[in-house]
Amino acid sequence: MRLSGRRAAWTAAAVVLVVAVTTWVVWPSEPRIRVQDQAITVVDGPADDQRVTLDTSFFPPAEGGKAPAVLLAHGFGGSKQSVREAALRLAREGYAVLTWSARGFGRSTGQIALNSPDYEVKDVRQLVDWLAGRPEVRLDGDGDPRVGIAGGSYGGAIALMAAAHDSRIDAIVPQITWHDLADALFPDAGGQGPENGVFKRMWAGLFFSRGGPQAGGGLAALTGQGGSGGNDADDRAGQDRADPATARPPTAEEVRCGRFLPEICDMYQQVAETGRATAAAVATLRRSSPVSVPGRIRIPTLLIQGQRDSLFPLGHADANARAVAATGAPVGVAWFDGGHDGGNGEIDWLHEQTLGWFDHYLKQAPAGNTAGTARPGSARLPEGVSPFTVTRDGGRDPGTRQQVRLHATSGAYSGLAGAERVSVPLSGPEQPVANPPGGSPSSISAIPGFGGLAGAGNLSVSTDMAGQSASFESAPLASPLQVTGSSTVKVRVRVATPAETGAGDGGAEGAPGGDAAGPREVTLFAKLYDAAGGAQAPVLPEGLVAPVRITVPGGGAGEATVVLPAVDHRFDVGHRLRVTFTTTDLGYDTPDAPAVYQVGLAAPALTAPTATALRTPPTGPAWWTWALPLVSVVAAAALILTGRRRLRDDHEPALEAVPLRIEGVTKAYRNGELAVNDLSFTVEQGQVLGLLGPNGAGKTTTMRMMMGLIHPDAGEIRIFGHRVVPGAPVLSRLGSFVEGAGFLPHLSGRANLELYWKATGRPAGDARFEEALEIAGLGAALERAVRTYSQGMRQRLAIAQAMLGLPDLLVLDEPTNGLDPPQIREMREVLIRYAERGRTVIVSSHLLAEVEQTCSHVVVMHRGRLVTAGPVSELLRDRTTADGTATRLEDVFLDLIGEKA
Amino acid sequence: MNDANGTGAAAGTDGSGTALAGPRGHDTAHGAARGYAPGHTLPLGVEIVRQFRRRRTMVMFGLLLALPWVLVVAFKVGGGWGRPGGATLRISDLATEGGLNFAAFALSVSASFLLVVAVALFCGDTVASEADWSSLRYLLAAPIPRDRLLRQKLIVALVYSAAAVICLPLMALLAGTLAFGWNDVRVPGTGETIAALDVLPRFGIVIGYALVSQLVVASLAFLLSVGTDSPLGAVGGAVGLVIVSSILQAVDALGALREFLPTFWNTAWLDALTPQPDFSGMIKGVAVSVTYSAILVAFAFRRFRSKDVVS
Repeated sequence: MRLSGRRAAWTAAAVVLVVAVTTWVVWPSEPRIRVQDQAITVVDGPADDQRVTLDTSFFPPAEGGKAPAVLLAHGFGGSKQSVREAALRLAREGYAVLTWSARGFGRSTGQIALNSPDYEVKDVRQLVDWLAGRPEVRLDGDGDPRVGIAGGSYGGAIALMAAAHDSRIDAIVPQITWHDLADALFPDAGGQGPENGVFKRMWAGLFFSRGGPQAGGGLAALTGQGGSGGNDADDRAGQDRADPATARPPTAEEVRCGRFLPEICDMYQQVAETGRATAAAVATLRRSSPVSVPGRIRIPTLLIQGQRDSLFPLGHADANARAVAATGAPVGVAWFDGGHDGGNGEIDWLHEQTLGWFDHYLKQAPAGNTAGTARPGSARLPEGVSPFTVTRDGGRDPGTRQQVRLHATSGAYSGLAGAERVSVPLSGPEQPVANPPGGSPSSISAIPGFGGLAGAGNLSVSTDMAGQSASFESAPLASPLQVTGSSTVKVRVRVATPAETGAGDGGAEGAPGGDAAGPREVTLFAKLYDAAGGAQAPVLPEGLVAPVRITVPGGGAGEATVVLPAVDHRFDVGHRLRVTFTTTDLGYDTPDAPAVYQVGLAAPALTAPTATALRTPPTGPAWWTWALPLVSVVAAAALILTGRRRLRDDHEPALEAVPLRIEGVTKAYRNGELAVNDLSFTVEQGQVLGLLGPNGAGKTTTMRMMMGLIHPDAGEIRIFGHRVVPGAPVLSRLGSFVEGAGFLPHLSGRANLELYWKATGRPAGDARFEEALEIAGLGAALERAVRTYSQGMRQRLAIAQAMLGLPDLLVLDEPTNGLDPPQIREMREVLIRYAERGRTVIVSSHLLAEVEQTCSHVVVMHRGRLVTAGPVSELLRDRTTADGTATRLEDVFLDLIGEKA
Repeated sequence: MNDANGTGAAAGTDGSGTALAGPRGHDTAHGAARGYAPGHTLPLGVEIVRQFRRRRTMVMFGLLLALPWVLVVAFKVGGGWGRPGGATLRISDLATEGGLNFAAFALSVSASFLLVVAVALFCGDTVASEADWSSLRYLLAAPIPRDRLLRQKLIVALVYSAAAVICLPLMALLAGTLAFGWNDVRVPGTGETIAALDVLPRFGIVIGYALVSQLVVASLAFLLSVGTDSPLGAVGGAVGLVIVSSILQAVDALGALREFLPTFWNTAWLDALTPQPDFSGMIKGVAVSVTYSAILVAFAFRRFRSKDVVS
């Protein structure tokens, strides 16, 4: 029965294995997408007279048929190759995807016009035309394909701009992009607009250099999402073909402007030199920005902006969201962990969000164009996409040590001002700060384009130069404060008087700032630190800084309400909020003239926005953390309980006085050969029974079955009428010594016997130690560790152990092995005496003379079978009468074996 | 064949019939000898004493108690060498900050292997060594019911394993405190400090978790111990499983499946020593550990119950 059970288990395992392998082999692999590369010629320009060839790739939907289309736009400095992976993913999900290298990028011809309505937007309109002619693309109307646009950074802006200028577009997912390019490059946290803004020198330089002569490599952050490596080589190859820079040195115009449109190039060169935005420059930049098309984006828009983005901070998505929401179109806003300053960008999560948006508004939306038909208030966002999602740090995964991100969601977008506002008192005296001559050394908040170097988490590269910063701190927080949005603080600045300057530095008499003759412009950079106190450096959340230019009237003080960088950051209990104003920042253009200002708070409080509705869906412990142990414990209980043999007392009262009865016992070895074959005999009280047989006769196996160590395959053994099963209580009346001694070698002989007796759990008084030890006759050796004993000493100790408690039935296997003749004689007397007291002894031996002298009865076994059984005297007498010669048991035994053999 | 005994046997029985009233006596209900009760066999105290004076027990505890002192000496001798200038502080960089830091370090270096070996030794050797000494059959014939024998041995083996897992960090705490002083804990990574008294209860959780996470090793070793007569085989098998599991853990391609490897959460206790303790990993670790252990132990009992003891 057990064998068949084992076979069943193996069969089940084999079946499972076969099924698993088959499933794996047969499982459908991902569909192959046949990418079609082609050049599409478009006509654009203010007068519609410029022919440009766009390098495109078309990814037909994996499922075939007519599918909605998605235009995937690349980031600045990238090409259609940057978004290839993302395009393949969308195509596998059943979209017809078109990627293209924007004019001036990759192998496309033309010049970069910064997503101008006259150039890039017109290009996209013609790409939509092209899509309308494709058989794979689902149409809403004649020449009107069902189409969405997604893209990051430069590609995100074209999505917004195209949506404003082409009503055929049905949904967009712009990522990490701008609302107002002028404001992005000339931010002013005082709200005075880009013309008063501080030039974001380093980012602007990087931005424009990416469109210049191709340097190749590095700064992948600028290319936006999906630019997953491997594209640089292709970019450069394309560059080489369009502009064989390797063959001849570039012209002066090429090194000056690269592939930029000359007027854009001129504009940039002018503003970069002066560090101030002219009205014309602002107008040019705004023409390329969604800010110029208010109310014209009326389609479902999912805005995904990076929290770690000092180029296009969260405020741009906020402005875009408000502009789109004003038209009544559905808007989702997500602040993810990433941006132009690095982070891996949660590519998978962004893909899911994008897919959820397009599935809802492109795939599932009813026929007819959704653009312009959105009904305010009726907008229900797709499943899995919330009006407002913020990625938060969930600590580290305990197993993988990887960072865990949680997505907190809210039913409504609360904006940068927050759903609620908390006022946090700040304190700190008016402090002098110096603007270093030449603006160097400068404080550091983030290093544009190298944000990834700072590492993830709480590490911050932020450094404030001594003497250049003024700080104001709150008291340690009594409860945690989760700031979501832009805090505001009112600052007052005045130019230090000569007395103050002199007091600070005796050699500063030449400082021109001292006379406070006329209005002056003061540039400050405001930062909101999380100061934990103690040895820990304060943390600048996301490395963001808010530049502000404050006009200080002559002799007076300038005030400004500074909008601090938008962050989602949790200030823990005991931490302080610290607002710091510095005069310099590595990423920005700062005045060269040395000066000293006095910076103080105009109002001693900071207004912090919160969004308490933003909650992380409670995850709780994973379901398996309680389910698995539960299942396992139940399974374990089943395993233990089902296999349980009911230990009922199988008792035959008639056999109460019969020490041993064996009936029909059979036991097979594993190979099927029978060790004991249908053995039956009975032992009566007071007998000394000799169990005889050659090696392999089954004597030891029989004895083991008597002890309940092995299970007979058939038949039963009864001791005093009680059936022997493993652990049967009646075994407590059996003393045994089978196949050698079994002692703990590290303990003394006495300790072994004492512990053995204690292990039986019986009263110490019943053990009869003295009698047993007398039989062992070990003397002083009793106190030595058993490992030092000779074979004979162990033998005697083992027999003594078997006799502990003077059991009613004593079973000894070869008890005289290893004993010397006097000891053998002594042992013989011990056994005879033992039986005389009404107890029963079973001895197996091959010393036939020994058995003859000791035993009253014998059982002879051969090859597992009973040969004969009976009193020794009878056995001998029978034989004597049979052949009339002298008899010894040995002769009888050999005779018996011979007969059977 | 009952007639095989003949008349002589009957005579013998009669001759000693009066002896029945001697010192023997038995509980007729179960046929047991007087004073025998299955529930009183192999008391825990007896099993503890039987195992205690073994050389392997002594050596293992000696090693665990000496290791912290060896580490102290190592840090004192090698103290002149500068720390690496890396941005993040490793747990080893902070070992000399104080007693608690040192204890955490000692636990982190020993949990992955030394404690595994100790636990595998105590649990893997317990039944197999009895079989090896042949004493198992005498215990079973005493008789100690098989389930009870296994239960008592498992409890004692776990007690020894727990003592091993506990004594190392405690000795490390003592050695570290004497050598480096009683200071607040500095956290690896950020270098933040937590007050020593705040950490002490969490340290208890850490030790408790270390115990639970070793349950898998313990129960596997125990299952092997029941199945084999070779103590080394049982111990080696359990340690081998830990090694295989650690290797699989390094295969990123397995993804989330690795969470169910028995060793995957072994370092989750580090999360209890951060400024904001995170117990989610430890909960998962406990779940995985309990899951494996319950099944393995159940198999051990089931197997032993029906096994033919031939050693």
